[in-house]
Amino acid sequence: MTPPWRRDRPAQFPGVPAWGLSTRRQSPEPFDVSPLSGVSKEWAWGGSDGSGVRVCVLDTGVAADHPRIGGLERSLHVVGGDDGRPVVAECEPADPAGHGTACAGVIRSIAPGVSLTSVRVLTDGKTGSGDALVAGLSWAIEEGFDLVNLSLSTTRSGFRESLHELADRAYFRRCLLVAAAHNMPVLSYPWTFSSVVSVASHDLPDPMTYYYNPAPPAEFHARGVKVPVAWPGGREIRSTGNSFAAPHITGICALILGKHPWLTPFQLKTVLYLAADNTLTHSGEAHVS
Amino acid sequence: MSPDDIDGTERRLLQSVVEVARHMFGAAAASIFLVEPETGDLIFEAVSGEGEKELVGSRFPAGTGIAGWVAASGQPMVADDVAEVAPFARDAAESTGYVPRTIMAAPLIRFEECVGVLEVLDRTASRSELDDMELLGLFATQAACALELLLRIRAGRRAEPPADPRDLLRRIGERLSASSRPPDATAVRLLALADDLLGP
Repeated sequence: MTPPWRRDRPAQFPGVPAWGLSTRRQSPEPFDVSPLSGVSKEWAWGGSDGSGVRVCVLDTGVAADHPRIGGLERSLHVVGGDDGRPVVAECEPADPAGHGTACAGVIRSIAPGVSLTSVRVLTDGKTGSGDALVAGLSWAIEEGFDLVNLSLSTTRSGFRESLHELADRAYFRRCLLVAAAHNMPVLSYPWTFSSVVSVASHDLPDPMTYYYNPAPPAEFHARGVKVPVAWPGGREIRSTGNSFAAPHITGICALILGKHPWLTPFQLKTVLYLAADNTLTHSGEAHVS
Repeated sequence: MSPDDIDGTERRLLQSVVEVARHMFGAAAASIFLVEPETGDLIFEAVSGEGEKELVGSRFPAGTGIAGWVAASGQPMVADDVAEVAPFARDAAESTGYVPRTIMAAPLIRFEECVGVLEVLDRTASRSELDDMELLGLFATQAACALELLLRIRAGRRAEPPADPRDLLRRIGERLSASSRPPDATAVRLLALADDLLGP
C-alpha cells in the first residue's frame, strides 16, 4: 500500500484537500514509526517555561501592553531606506491590525518565559510586500533568534528563491522557522519548504495536543479552531485559522529549546515528531490517540 | 446588456458571489471588499443581506478589522464573539444598525496578489469551523479565478485594434492632445510609417 507521504498530490490545486484535520470527528490515519527511545512529552518539555529562548514574530506588529503579551524585548518594523531598499528600524510596540498580537499572545500562553520580539512586515493592509518579508526575515536570522513565527506567507513566486535561501540559512544558523500552512488552494511560501516547520489546524481545544501529518507539506496539526486570542484594546476573541495553529508549535518549540538548548533545527523537528500525539509509541507500535 | 459589457459582467459576478456565499452558509450577510492598490484601503464592492443598500462604496483603512487581518496575512480565518470588540462590527453597526456575532473571511487572490476579501457574517448553516473555512476558501478561489478571467478578457480587448482604422486614428489624436508630455519619438516614427502605408 502506498504510504501517505508518497501519495499523489493533485497538480492543479496544491492545497486541496485543505490542510486542516478534524481530529474531533476522525482519528489521524495510522502510519509506521521508528521510535527513538527516551523521547516523551515529559522528556521534551517537562518543567520548561521557555526561559532563555528568543522568539521573533514577523507579522503586523505586536501591542506590547496587551495583558496577554506581557512586554516585548524589542519592537521593529520594515521601512523604505534612503536608497529605497527596505531597512529594519525600531518602532512603537503597536499593532493596528491585531494579527501579530494574537499570534504573540498564543506563544506567550504556552511558553510564559520566552523573550518576544516583533518585526512588523505587514504594514499596508495588502498581502504585504514580499520585500518587507524578505528584509524582516533576513534581519531576524542575522540577529540570532532561536525561533521565528511566520503566520503569513507570500503568494508571489518572484520571492520564492530569496525566501528559499533564507530558509536554508536559518536552518544552518539554528534558527527554526515555524510557518502557517496556507489553507487555500494556492501556492505560497515559505511554509512549503522542507527546512521550516509548517503547521495546519486540528479542531480539539487542547493547546498542547498536536499531531504529525504523514502526508506533508503541512507537517503538523496544532490547535487552530476557536482559539482564545488577544484583540486590540486589551480584549480577547475566539478565532480560527492556521495563523493561530503555528504559534502553538512555536510555543512548544520554545519549551523544548528552553530545556534542551543545544538542539539543532533537525533535532528539534525530530523531537516534535516523536512527542506528537500520534507518534508516541507503545512497545514499538505507532500509537494513535 | 451587450456582450461587450465587461464592467456589467464584473458587477453581476461580484453580486452573484456574495449572494451564493450568503446562501451557502445561511448567513445574515456576505460581502466583497476590494483592496485599493494606491492606499491599501478596503472598499465594499458588493453586499448581499444586511447593509446591502448602505455599504457599497464605503471604505475601511488598510489593515483594520477582520478583513484587514485577512488581506494582510493572506490567510482565511473565522472570528467568533466579535460583537463587542471588533472595529469592523462597530463601523458596520453605525451605518446599518446591524452588529454581527461571527465573521468568516477569505482572501481573493488574483495574479499571485491578494486583491480583496470575501466575508460572511453570522452563518447559521455551519458544519464545523474547519469545513466552513475550507468551503469558503474554495469558493473564494473560484470567485478570484472568475475575476481574473474577466480581467484578462478586458486586457485582451484593449490590446486588439478597433476594426475601423478611423477609430484608431481618432483615439491616437485624443491621446496626443490629452497628454501633457511630448509624444514618444518612436511612436511618432511609427505613425509616419503608418501614414506611408495608408497613403495612395
